[in-house]
Amino acid sequence: MSSEGSNSPKETRTSFDVDTVASALQTPDHPQPYAELGMKEEEYERVREILGRRPTSAELAIYSVMWSEHCSYKSSKVHLRQFGEKAPETDVLLVGMGENAGVVDVGQGLAVTFKVESHNHPSYVEPHQGAATGVGGIVRDIISMGARPVAVMDSLRFGPADAPDTRRVLPGVVSGISSYGNKLGLPNIGGETVFDRTYLANPLVNALCIGVLKHEDIKLAAAPGPGNKVILFGARTGGDGIGGASVLASDTFEDPGVAGRSHGGENTAQKKRPAVQVGDPFLEKLLIECCLELFGEDLVVGIQDLGAAGVSCATTELAAAGTGGMLVDLNKVPLRDETLRPEEILMSESQERMMAVVTPANVERFLAVCDKWEIPATVIGEVTDHGRLVMTWNGDVIVDLPPGTAADEGPVYERPISPPQGLPSMQADTPGHLPRPSTPADLRNTVLWLAGSPNLASKEWVTTQYDRYVLGNTVLAMPEDAGTIRLDDESGLGVSLSLDGNGRYAKLDPYAGAQLALSEAYRNVAATGARPLAVTNCLNFGSPEDPGVMWEFAQAVEGLADACQALGIPVTGGNVSFYNQTGTTPINPTPVIGVLGVHEDVRRRSGMAFTSDGASLLLLGETREEFGGSEWAHVVYDHLGGLPPLVDLRAEAALASVLINGARDGLLTAAHDLSDGGLSQTLVESCLRGGLGVRITLPGDPFVALFSESVARAVVAVRPNNEGKVVALAEAAGVPVTRLGTIGGDTLAVEGLFEIPLHELRDAHTGTFPRFLD
Amino acid sequence: MSAARVGVITFPGSLDDQDAARAVQIAGAEPVALWHADHDLQGVDAVILPGGFSYGDYLRAGAIARFAAIMDEVVPAAKDGLPVLGICNGFQVLCESHLLPGALVPNAGRHFVCRDQRLRIENAGTRWTSEYTEGQEVVIPVKNADGRYVADADTLAELADSGRIIARYLDLNPNGSLDDIAGIANEAGNVVGLMPHPEHAVDSLTGPTTDGLGFFTSIVKGLIPA
Repeated sequence: MSSEGSNSPKETRTSFDVDTVASALQTPDHPQPYAELGMKEEEYERVREILGRRPTSAELAIYSVMWSEHCSYKSSKVHLRQFGEKAPETDVLLVGMGENAGVVDVGQGLAVTFKVESHNHPSYVEPHQGAATGVGGIVRDIISMGARPVAVMDSLRFGPADAPDTRRVLPGVVSGISSYGNKLGLPNIGGETVFDRTYLANPLVNALCIGVLKHEDIKLAAAPGPGNKVILFGARTGGDGIGGASVLASDTFEDPGVAGRSHGGENTAQKKRPAVQVGDPFLEKLLIECCLELFGEDLVVGIQDLGAAGVSCATTELAAAGTGGMLVDLNKVPLRDETLRPEEILMSESQERMMAVVTPANVERFLAVCDKWEIPATVIGEVTDHGRLVMTWNGDVIVDLPPGTAADEGPVYERPISPPQGLPSMQADTPGHLPRPSTPADLRNTVLWLAGSPNLASKEWVTTQYDRYVLGNTVLAMPEDAGTIRLDDESGLGVSLSLDGNGRYAKLDPYAGAQLALSEAYRNVAATGARPLAVTNCLNFGSPEDPGVMWEFAQAVEGLADACQALGIPVTGGNVSFYNQTGTTPINPTPVIGVLGVHEDVRRRSGMAFTSDGASLLLLGETREEFGGSEWAHVVYDHLGGLPPLVDLRAEAALASVLINGARDGLLTAAHDLSDGGLSQTLVESCLRGGLGVRITLPGDPFVALFSESVARAVVAVRPNNEGKVVALAEAAGVPVTRLGTIGGDTLAVEGLFEIPLHELRDAHTGTFPRFLD
Repeated sequence: MSAARVGVITFPGSLDDQDAARAVQIAGAEPVALWHADHDLQGVDAVILPGGFSYGDYLRAGAIARFAAIMDEVVPAAKDGLPVLGICNGFQVLCESHLLPGALVPNAGRHFVCRDQRLRIENAGTRWTSEYTEGQEVVIPVKNADGRYVADADTLAELADSGRIIARYLDLNPNGSLDDIAGIANEAGNVVGLMPHPEHAVDSLTGPTTDGLGFFTSIVKGLIPA
């Protein structure tokens, strides 16, 4: 086949010294750089115990990356188990945690898979490529499940908007997401852009992808069936993304005096390889189409994308989940750089690569499909039943290990836990002592101030750089409460997704903070009229070796697991990102939670825009005096203290039922949740979105009514003849209803207090990003 | 009577090909998928070059797609009068193929821009705009990185004088196009290049308007024998 022929590797490669199993047996005391690779002595000893000898340098490469925090979840595993143990009874989960992404039944024979992943550190080092490859990686996770990717979202956190480094990081991250996602032809339908000092030297870039597939098309990462072929396809392997491998390839492994390197004497330790991977979205687009054609012709037995830990991860995981054995000829891996050593090939994180297991009868057809899409594809090995992952290099065995020990049986740590020292005093420092705006003029100014503050200002500067239309199924996109995608033209079946987090709430109380993030995402999805079904998460924390951080992590996981159980929506998978800190100062704990909901008919969705002149505006839910961690305290006083708003999951579920049933029955002309910035910000957004004003009367204390961030609240616009029906729905669900006023005019008017023309609001709301970034 | 058949070409990196096909269907014609590597137009009555980033926009937007096998068929057929619409990246390919004059270069603001754009239809006399009226104002999404239309002064004057500017941006020029040009036609009016995406304004559920449908109904009605 031309696919294989055109990339035919050399039979043997550069003849530098390679550490083989045979030489490992002969030199048991050869010193090995396990510490430089991030392994602890007891971990290294365990590898020696498993193998009954010292590992070869290639084996050490595999264990060091597979047992890294990133791949093994060794610090988080003991906590994450709760997502399974506390999982609510549900019949919507077709594939649960542990696979590349969870798969959720959305009805009509269709399923949706979705997952969010972090690419925080690469995005700080090289914002454009770091963010771009973050999108690329999560999209390949979704393809690996057998799904067609249909949309992306992203949750971004930066330092203060006016910090010089934010001007470097933010535009780079946005252009990376924009250029990569847009070139893949995936609509970007939502997400967050948040600013806080805590992220100044550690921005968060969490990318989410949603895919759709038929139930019967689910693919798993497993390599069953001895004799089946292992095919590596996509980009050639280069030296990008190699972290610790350069340590392995250093002189430690070369006999003194052996001039084996082909770099004119330069050794690899001196070679500065870029640690951040470089993405090629065009190749990824072809890879998507190629994979979907391969799936369509049923040519794939098992499949895995190559992300972190590259070939090491794909081979060990596929083998461990399959028949148990695999034989791989590493010489066959097509390379961009012929001087790469086997350890580097194993650890390379070159983008746009996939690995498939294919029956011998289908290999020819598989390669022909790859050829059509101009995707290089090479048979590099086969599945065996002897329970070992064996790799050869120039005919010598350089890897011979039980794959499960690398993939699934890594170390598990119960890290020490204790509440951070400053927490009690922070919680005691409530915002109660902060002077509040009291005059009508002060209240009016506060509305404008918040509307133009970086976290609440219009994100158009960001979102206009994303294609929200491609694929032709986007029903709602940012700045709406959730992104909504049509899955079926005829029936109108569709899904909504929201991604939310609040590091300030989580700092004050991580258990509640995780629940509040879930609450908000759940409420956002329900606000569009979708029924929440399932949850994904990206848990961004500091170092797990810091007992304070580990306490925050444990609290957040417990809070999320308990809340998912209470709301009856299972966690389908997720991602943990540790070591987000500057020096010894960790970021505010930032669990970012994604909730997926289903619409039986997206034509019935609710949008946030006020568009119906004369409609009544109703406030659903109860407002309490809650300002701990609020945007008001943050913007006006840069204050973080007290406790976050009270979690009320029962009220959240009741509110959702009103929003969902109201949309289903066609009673709502708009719905918008209340969250950061309270009622004030909700009204600003809905007025500007629809171009219509509103005239309201505030219940109770005007400051509390406008700016409190109590949960389980939303506003709905209702035509006067439907008002009674909506009130009845709310009363039946036990949700308090307050009639606020009437939509119309071109001002945001609060009876007896103030009136703000929409153009003035618009200037305040849209001027912020251009001011900081252009 | 059988429906008109409108081909939609898929190049490697085409992205809005399915959307163009859907728009053709909504307009009442039969979409026919055409593959870049084939020397075969399958006897279609009209051809659409869809949006996207053919060949990753490497080298220059549209520069490589111009050499695709299918373009060996499109170029002579277009010169013989076959209606051809290039949307966004398709417009770029038509310019690179010299079926239309001028070029599309990176946006003045350097960023990719996606927004709901107000346009004025300047010429309702082409094969692709006959369902509009001259001066009609429409809202159609624009989304591009390299959408800034440029040409030398003589070409611009000739385009303006001969009514070959078929649409202009209103309110805000999203990419710095000269003379606010959003779309142009060849002399015969059968080849049209358009930077905005009419295929994303054919269904009020998924687009800001249905104002884009006219481009597709124009060709469909024009193809029905009287």
